This record gives sequence, C-alpha cells and structure tokens, in this order.
Amino acid sequence: MDKPKIATAALTGCFGCHMSILDIDDRILKLIELVDFNKSPINDIKEFTTRCRIGIVEGACATEENVEVLKDFRKHCDTLIALGDCAVMGGINAMRNTIPLKECLEEAYLNGPSVYNPEKKIPGDREIPLLLDRVYTCSEVVKIDFKLPGCPPSADTIWTALVALLENRPLELPYELIKYD
Amino acid sequence: MKKEMESTVKNICRDSGNDKIHLLDILRRVQNQFGCVSDEAIDLIAKSLNIPRVDVESTVTFYSFLSKEPKGQIVIRLCNDIIDRMNGYDKVAKAFREELGIDFGETTKDGKISLENTPCIGMCDQAPAALVNGEVVTYLSTDRAREIVKILRLTGNPKKLVQRLGDGNNAHELVKSMVQNNIRRAGEVVFSLAESQPNIALEKALAMSPVEVINEVKTARLRGRGGAGFPTGMKWEFTRAANGDKKYIICNADEGEPGTFKDRVLLTELPDRIFEGMTIAGYAIGAEEGIMYLRGEYEYLYNFLEATLEKRRKDGLLGKNVMGKKEFNFDIRIQLGAGAYICGEETALISSCEGFRGDPKNRPPFPAQRGFLGYPSCINNVETFCAVLSILDKGAGWFAELGSRGSAGTKVLSVSGDCQSPGIYEYPFGITIKKLLKDVGAEDAMAVQVGGASGQMIGEKDYDRIICFDDLATGGSIMIFGPQRNILEVVDYFMEFFIEESCGYCTPCRVGNVVLRNYLQKIISGKGEPSDLDFLQKLGENIKAASRCGLGQTSPNPILSTLKNFHPVYAAMVREETEGLQPTFDIQAALRDSEAITGRKSVLFIH
Repeated sequence: MDKPKIATAALTGCFGCHMSILDIDDRILKLIELVDFNKSPINDIKEFTTRCRIGIVEGACATEENVEVLKDFRKHCDTLIALGDCAVMGGINAMRNTIPLKECLEEAYLNGPSVYNPEKKIPGDREIPLLLDRVYTCSEVVKIDFKLPGCPPSADTIWTALVALLENRPLELPYELIKYD
Repeated sequence: MKKEMESTVKNICRDSGNDKIHLLDILRRVQNQFGCVSDEAIDLIAKSLNIPRVDVESTVTFYSFLSKEPKGQIVIRLCNDIIDRMNGYDKVAKAFREELGIDFGETTKDGKISLENTPCIGMCDQAPAALVNGEVVTYLSTDRAREIVKILRLTGNPKKLVQRLGDGNNAHELVKSMVQNNIRRAGEVVFSLAESQPNIALEKALAMSPVEVINEVKTARLRGRGGAGFPTGMKWEFTRAANGDKKYIICNADEGEPGTFKDRVLLTELPDRIFEGMTIAGYAIGAEEGIMYLRGEYEYLYNFLEATLEKRRKDGLLGKNVMGKKEFNFDIRIQLGAGAYICGEETALISSCEGFRGDPKNRPPFPAQRGFLGYPSCINNVETFCAVLSILDKGAGWFAELGSRGSAGTKVLSVSGDCQSPGIYEYPFGITIKKLLKDVGAEDAMAVQVGGASGQMIGEKDYDRIICFDDLATGGSIMIFGPQRNILEVVDYFMEFFIEESCGYCTPCRVGNVVLRNYLQKIISGKGEPSDLDFLQKLGENIKAASRCGLGQTSPNPILSTLKNFHPVYAAMVREETEGLQPTFDIQAALRDSEAITGRKSVLFIH
C-alpha cells in the first residue's frame, strides 16, 4: 500500500515548530495511517530514500548547510511548506541582519564580556557550517509552495493544513488559527 | 550675519502679513535669499507666523525646491525624465559632472553651483532640458553643458544663458526665454482664441445670469481637461450651490505629469484669455477670488503673468465691478509651487495653496463643498478655461458638435519622444492614435504612452483606438517610443518617478510601489519567474484600490497596462525554476564574508 510520503527538517530555529507538530497528540496515530514519514528528525532518517509528496521545513536559512538541506528538500518534494515565522520571515534569527556578520562573530567569540578565548580565533573548523552573510527566508533560497506563519503555528493549524493538502481540498483556516496577538 | 538674517526673515514674513497662508511664498523667498531654509530660519518663521515649528519644517522638507542644507547660489536642475534620457541625458549629465567636478546632489567647493536632477519640467519637446535657478535651458548637448558652466562661472548670472529667444511670447520682454512653443496644429477651440476678440466672452457671460452661464457650459458638454474629464458645468453648479461665505475658483497650472507641456504653451500665448475664463468661472460660481497655482518649474513666466493680471486690473477686467457689472468683484492671485508632482492632484493643490505640505485630503467632502480654507472651491485645468471662452464665443451647440460622442470639443496634446515633430497638437476628440502618429511622424512607433506616467501604454494592436474620455483619456501627454526602446526600462523609470513623488501617507502607495519596482527589476535582470507576473498584477490592483489619492490609484498603471498590452515582453524575461536555488539567490556572494572571516573555503559549495 503506497501512502503519501512526508519529510520534515529544522533549519536555524528553536525546533518549536516540530514540537508543535507533535502537539497534535493522538492525532499522530491517524497521521501515521495517512502518511509515511521519510527523512525527518522525528524518526531520525538522515537522507531521502524516496521522493516525497510533502516537505515541511521549519527555521530560517542562516548557514550553508541550511541551503544544502533546502535544496535537497526542493529536489525531493512535490510540495514544499515553510512552517513557522523563521521559515516564512526569518524570525528572531533575522535580528542579526542589521549587523555585519564580522561584528556578530567578533562579539560572540572575541569581544563579548563573558568570552574566554585565549587564542583570539573565530572558529573555522570544517565541521562547522559557514554562516551566510545574512539570514534568508526559505522562499528567498528555493521556491516555496505554501507558507504557514505562527510562532509556532498551532497543532490545529498544522493538522488542518496537512489534512487539507492530503485530501486535495482548499485550506480553510478559521480566524482563531491565524490570529497571532 | 545672524542678526542680519533675523531681520531679513522677519521682514519677509511681515511682507506677507505674517499670514501662514503665505508660508510657501515666504519659504521660497528665504530659500532664494540664503540658499537654504536653515533651522534658525525655520525657528524665526514659526515664531513670526505663530505656528508650530513642525509645520514649517515639514513644509520645507516636502518640496524639492526648498532645502535645509545650503545650496549653491546657482542650482542647475537637469531634467532626467524618460524623454530626456532618450535624448542624451546621460551624456549631458556626464558633461555637467566633469565640468563642475561634482556629482548630482553636490555643490561646488566655492558654494557657487549645485547640481541636481529633477523629474519632468515640461520641456519634453525640446529635451534634454534643465532649470538654472528659474531660467530654462533647452536642447542641451555636451558642448552646451560645458558652455553653460563656463558662462555661469564667468558671470554668475543664469540670464546670460539665453542667447536666442524663443518664438511668440517667449521673446516677450518679461519672459525672455529660449523656450519654443512648437505649436504644430492649432485647433478650433483653444488656439483659435488667438484670433477671436478678447473679453467678448466675458461680456456675454456678464450679460447672462450665473445659472445661465453654467447651463451654457453644461449644454456644451464640456468635461475637465486635466485628464479625469469630470463635467465642468456640474462642478460649477455644485460649487455654486454649496454653502459658504466665500467661494474660490482655482486654476490648476501645475502640469507635472511626465510628458505634459501644453499648459506651458497656453500660459505663454493665451494668459489673458485664461484669466478671462477664470473671471467667467468666478462669476458663474459666485467667487470673488481666484488663484492660479503655477508650478514652480514655470517660474520664468511669473512676471509676465503678473503683468497680464495688472493690465486686466487697470482695464477694469479685474477688481471691483468687473466690466462695470455692479456687485461683481473678482481678482486673481498667483501661487507659485515649489516642485512637487502630487500638487497637481486637486486636494493636494489646495493644501499647497494654504501654505503647507502638498498632502492630499480625504474626499468627501469634495472641494466643491469644502475646499481652500474650508470654503467651496472649484478647481479647473488651464485648458478648461480656454474651452469656456470658445463656448461663449461660438455657442454651446457648436462646441457640442465637435469631438466624439462622450467627449465634446478638442484636446490639446503635447507629443514627445521618438517622432519627427514633437510639440503641441490640438485635435477634436475622437482622433485615432494611428492618425496622430502619422501627423507627428512616428508611424514606426512600438509603443505609445497615453496620459503620462499615470496613463497607459499601448501597442500597435490598439492604434485604432481613439483619444477621448471613454477610451484613451489623457490630460495631454503623449509619449512615443520607437522600436529601439526597451519597454521595461521605460516602465522602470515611471516606477522610480512615482516612488520619488509619493507623499508617503498611504502604505500601499509608499511601500507598494517600491515592492512593485523590486519585482520589476528582478524580471529585468532575468531572474524573474512566471508567478512574479501574477504577483505584480495582484499587488498593482491592491495599490490602486487601497490608496487615497490619484497618485496611488494610478501609479501601478505603467506595469498593469504593459502586462496587458506587452505581455510577450514580460513572458520572454521569466522562466520557471522548480528545482535548485532561486535565481535571485547567489550562494557564492552569501558565503563570501564567512570565507574571509574564517579563512577557509566552503566544502559544500565549491567554487
């Protein structure tokens, strides 16, 4: 039986949107009936093993690794959803966008009041992905099909959106689910 | 020095009766005297006029001819309108920069000359052109630019730049300008006035009752010549019927729409008749005062117009008991603008006449109910007043017969761009674009912009359409683009213009136009995708629907009309990017800083 496949990823963010996915509570059992999870932190599958119907990405795009993951998702997913404010608008991460990258790193690794760094070096290890010059939204980097804002979007919002998409119905979100103040 | 300024500023304010209505005049005089309106001057003016400082400062910063920073004694304002760009603006600009040793927005070290750009100054038929203080210099070339700088350095007198005088009243001793009229086709209504007897129409009007005059205009089916085409008789009737101790008639001589320069010629050749028309309108609506709002760019006509008014006063055509008509008192004053496109919008024009920023006002109440200083006011275009004269001269029936079904009479068009004979053409309404292009010598035109930047751009398939209020409406501007032009660059210029001229009050206009232009530039740079075109369409429609005044309601037109009429141009520039990175995202550029800071290359994106 071929169930639609879903993949999820967290870029630069707090992982709160994934928590919100889990917040659908017992509906997760129903979700498992509806779909199979492929690459996702939820099941710890690291690489795509097949093409997916839906890709869900939380977090902003702040590092070269984020770009790589986004590119990979775009390549393997029919429909790509940017989930949450960081993915849609950059979120908290984008606060650094008004400050040059060099100044940010110097404050973090050289000049900050609590920094202990006798070598006076900004880390450049190959294992640490390079930061981008600024934080990008997901749609600045790859084509995004749908955006679900919210910090995080509530479990009901995610559930309603997913089910509508899987059943190929237009998405109707009641006012309570899209009001954020 | 400080003391001297204090007394000068105070005197200027006193000359204007310390009346805040004259703030704009006061600021212009202070600017001319000191090269700027400094913080100290702002304080002094606010104190003298007894108004909040912020009112003065916001007015100073609103108009492009006023500045808080010191300008040179001479300011060269080179017009960078699209037509000027097509006629060699770049080369002339380079010559000015080199010869002066400064860039645009700067002043020479000796404080003598400033160099600036300015949008359309109403000289598209003799582009490239520039304003040097009030003086107009036209048909600029690189040699001429260098010569201008030399003469200015030598004499310090912009008047010396005028070597050969223009035709008609441009050579009048109070004008002495090199501007050419370029009247190519005189029509039946407006330019025929040159042959008709002056003040006969006024005499006829005064022999009728005001209501009869209005009825005559209504029978003629005259519609406003500014472009919107509101029935003039109806406007007069509303203003007449409105409650108010005083009423005002205002002549909108602020043609700032890129490519419009017909009022320049009317003001030069028929000023007496325009004032006659205003007097008739004043009689019809029951006004005792008229204001002509003259755009700052046409300052070179100011003395000439003032002298014309003075003569009319002497001849008993203005003032108490006009033409002996008991209890009809009427006079006209001229209000000079200071460089703001938005002031052509009637409610913004009223704000400007009141002395303040040219901010549009909410409608309703319409000016006919509450206009200048809250009194019922009627604002008409320069050309409308000319048409009124012909109607009274030759009869409403005659006028109504001219033109097309919904648009009676003629229209004065100002034609510029890629054509053999740019200039002024007066045609009865209903003329096809094809016929017009033939007459002006532009049969190979790729596109025609009808109605200025806020109008619409049409292509060959629409050349059988006609100029009238119900098909292709225009305040007079016709800009022609030949096959060698890039449509998207023209559109980009228009958007740049609207961004600059937006007053900033409504978010859809202030922000939306910037977003529109960003997407347009994305498309121009070859990085656009098909969905961007839908986005442009939707955003454009939103801006139109959600803006308060005519500027925002029309600013998306260049994009919307070209999306409609030149869709293949856009379609050829966009491509679908489904896999891979967005074409606008440059990973190498995004990593450059990091690679420099860490001193290592990316391992994921090798280059």
